[in-house]
Amino acid sequence: MSAAIRGGVGESRGHALLVHAGLIALTLLSLAPLLWMLSVSFMPAGGASRFPPPLLPSSITLDNYRALFDRIGMGGYFANSALVASAITLLSLLINTMAGYAFAKLRFAGRERIFKLLLAALVIPSQVAMLPLFLMLKQMGLVNSYAGVVVPGLASIFGIFLVRQYARSIPDELIEAARIDGAGEWRIFFRIVLPMLKPVLVTLAIFTFMGSWNDFMWPLIVLTDQTNYTLPVALASLSREHIQDVEMMMAGAVLTVLPVLLLFLMLQRYYIQGLLLGSVKG
Amino acid sequence: MKRSLVAWVFVGPALIVLGVFFGLPVFAALLLSLTDFDLYALADWRNLRFVGFGNYIELLQTPLFWKSLGNTFYFVIVGVPLSIAVSLGAALLLNAPVARFRAFFRTALFAPVVTTLVAVAVIWRYLFHSSYGLVNWALGHVGIAPIDWLGDPQWAMPTIILLAVWKNFGYNMVIFLAGLQAIPQDLYEAARIDGASRRRQFWHITLPMLGPVLMVVGVITVAGYFQLFAEPYVMTRGDPLQSTVSVLYFMFEEGFRWWNLGRASAVAFLLFLIILAITAAMMRFGRKKGMV
Amino acid sequence: MRLIAVVLCVVIGLTACRRVDDRVTIRFWAMGREAEVVGELIPQFEREHPGLRVELQQIPWTAAHEKLLTAYAADALPDICQLGNTWVPEFAELNALEPLQPYVDASGIVDQKDYFEGIWDTNVVDGRLYGVPWYVDTRLMFYRKDLLAAAGYDHPPKTWAEWSAAMTAIKRQRGKDTYAILLPLNEFEQLLSLALQQDDPLLRDGRSNLDSPGFRRALGFYAGMFEQGLAPPMSETQISNVWDEFFNGMFVFYVSGPWNIREFRKRAPAHLKDAWGTAPLPGPDGLGAGIAGGTSLVLFRDSPRKAAAWKFVEFLSRPEIQQKFHAEIGDLPPRRSTWEHPELRADPYAAAFRDQLERVKPTPKVLEWERVVQEMRLTSERVVRGGQSQDDAVRALDASVDALLEKRRWVESQRVARMKAAPSESAP
Repeated sequence: MSAAIRGGVGESRGHALLVHAGLIALTLLSLAPLLWMLSVSFMPAGGASRFPPPLLPSSITLDNYRALFDRIGMGGYFANSALVASAITLLSLLINTMAGYAFAKLRFAGRERIFKLLLAALVIPSQVAMLPLFLMLKQMGLVNSYAGVVVPGLASIFGIFLVRQYARSIPDELIEAARIDGAGEWRIFFRIVLPMLKPVLVTLAIFTFMGSWNDFMWPLIVLTDQTNYTLPVALASLSREHIQDVEMMMAGAVLTVLPVLLLFLMLQRYYIQGLLLGSVKG
Repeated sequence: MKRSLVAWVFVGPALIVLGVFFGLPVFAALLLSLTDFDLYALADWRNLRFVGFGNYIELLQTPLFWKSLGNTFYFVIVGVPLSIAVSLGAALLLNAPVARFRAFFRTALFAPVVTTLVAVAVIWRYLFHSSYGLVNWALGHVGIAPIDWLGDPQWAMPTIILLAVWKNFGYNMVIFLAGLQAIPQDLYEAARIDGASRRRQFWHITLPMLGPVLMVVGVITVAGYFQLFAEPYVMTRGDPLQSTVSVLYFMFEEGFRWWNLGRASAVAFLLFLIILAITAAMMRFGRKKGMV
Repeated sequence: MRLIAVVLCVVIGLTACRRVDDRVTIRFWAMGREAEVVGELIPQFEREHPGLRVELQQIPWTAAHEKLLTAYAADALPDICQLGNTWVPEFAELNALEPLQPYVDASGIVDQKDYFEGIWDTNVVDGRLYGVPWYVDTRLMFYRKDLLAAAGYDHPPKTWAEWSAAMTAIKRQRGKDTYAILLPLNEFEQLLSLALQQDDPLLRDGRSNLDSPGFRRALGFYAGMFEQGLAPPMSETQISNVWDEFFNGMFVFYVSGPWNIREFRKRAPAHLKDAWGTAPLPGPDGLGAGIAGGTSLVLFRDSPRKAAAWKFVEFLSRPEIQQKFHAEIGDLPPRRSTWEHPELRADPYAAAFRDQLERVKPTPKVLEWERVVQEMRLTSERVVRGGQSQDDAVRALDASVDALLEKRRWVESQRVARMKAAPSESAP
């Protein structure tokens, strides 16, 4: 906001109080559901379905987590999510970076037109493609497999856009000089360009990992066998079945949310940077 | 020439993936929407009929389609301004020079964005439980009778709106923050010297300077909110009384519950056209008002 | 680089070297509580058939229909499945099910004559048998004998008129915040039962017959109970615990299914142990029909292990295994001989079901039935909670069901045209 009008120490302190009160209130609202989720996950079964609803567990128990892993097999779903998200992240990082660099620095026929087409395609919601994509993958025998989840996510227009934005800032002279020295395009890419792109690579990796970890609709459609479910799909199907088991559902929610939350906490600088790069500098 | 070939090798994999797994299905969806592909056709392709725009016309005559459209518009019209207001408010608070512990607050306010939507929808369902939910308990302290959030057709969509706003306000907040920080401080200095109140500074400096950012945020949020699906799927299954059936949820049910793939594809395209029309109108409005 | 390749090979080799199992694995999908209970019977089957193994996947009922159709679309169906018998026509028409008559004819265990006719018939589509009934299900009245007696009735009602009078008397006597009957709005079975009691069929010649006087009468009776405050306009999730509320006296009548015999027995407080009972559904003029519900065991056409899977069907169809199953879960057996077991014969609560089973009617055997019944449920909710007039609701329902069946009529006409053109072409 604007610089405070210093009409006296009293006024500015009141102003500061208001600002912080507002921030604290918003923070409480933001974190309350997540904290409650954590708290309930440690409550004994049936502990949360009481009136008045308890805020803290009467006794801390790991039973819900144990039930998740032993009875429900959450460990398997966790592994599925980890496998799928990692695969998508690593593979798409390579593919998107190569394409983003090419759009930024390599010349080829129709480069600008193709890029504009990709940008226009951003408008199309992904759900339009889902139905025929399912039929297509069925013909390819990829339904109900990890590949079926991974393959459509191997390239992302947003990712290509992000890399291109960043890659444009690489000085042309650097690349030209390397070419004159006789270096091949691949060497230039791996030895010169990639190291310079490291920040955006980290950002893109975080974005992609979190996006695919949290992805719900497509895995829901393509994974028909329960054993292959990723965490969000497993959680959704469990929530329909075990509608009474609040505590166990919250433990499942914790398990689903914790990895991406931790990832974000550790690397938030890169994440937010990428967000801005993609949205504002458009 | 060789360099151009290498360029294609760089760009090739991405274009192939996008072409085969996005472009082709989109095109196929267009074709599908012109047929009445359904379970009968799945069993025996001879049961497939080409119906031209029949699906589209039928959809425009289907009450549930209009209801889903209405529900989605309700969600957008209430949700988007609310979300933008909260995001802007949070950004203004964070940007205040007197604010301390900015990094902590920013992280806390952004945390909901990265959480898994399905997990949050499950949490929400219990938070808003009519008997054991914290929300009704808190309201009870203020003297408000318990509301049947997810069982009353009137309150189900507002519950979903609250969820969407809570989950996303951090995202737009960060964008607004960047926009606010880009406003030159001397503008405010000059206004302060002229004696302008804080409110006047907001309306006459901050908002106009945020114009382009507001446009971007507006378009992104509107386009995103039109694609409401996961919340109804996890929390309400469209109930009660189909008050939370969004257009995408309707499409999902038509396509993956009843396997009317032709009809579902038509719904998807209609949604796409609607989003396109509205965001184009917003951009045109923005351009006229000099916001772009 | 080479080191990585070596490590990879070792890892792959290790994972491939898991316990080599050369038994034939039968993939079996089961739903709900039945899945848990049948899991306990599997070890006995595997002991009796050493070369066979059953891999069980549990699916919640709320997702079952979608999952099955998705598996069908993805060519990923299991070998054998528990299928709600109202879904048998759907999957039969999709050509997904294996016709079972040859298996039944050759079997010494599955004896067609032993099964209730109405139930067996639900598995016959276009003259072919596609499923073997596993357990039967229908809806009838659970009621509080003591509260009914207090209102002046010493026996459960047999006709709609008696039922209405009893419910009104109960409501008058017990006052507000209590109800005479619970009909959860998220269930369609109650309205469907009433509709099946009418003489008018629900569908006729591939068109909807839901604007018939019969269905209107059923809807009128159903909605009337809410209008007169006899039933609470709630869905199941809005009632915190149905069993507790039943014994708290929140309602006197409850139209529900056989699984609740066990639940009520388990949860009845000591002083109310004999205060509840079951009774067949009253009909418009005398005891009425009910839904011929239940599930069947079906084999899928594309399964490479049909013979092995059939052995499991036979196993589950043995009267003593059915008896064990019933003892565990309370689902009612479809074979008369199983009903002769002393435990079932002496069960006073099951007796009403036995009686009702003689009067069950199948639902229309169309592929779209699941969708039709959802429309019916929505209609009832719109009338009861949404305030829509019954006349508007019926006409809208009739129109939408008609539209739902349009493709079916076209496909049928195409099939007739093709048969006329090439009469040698065998039917699907």
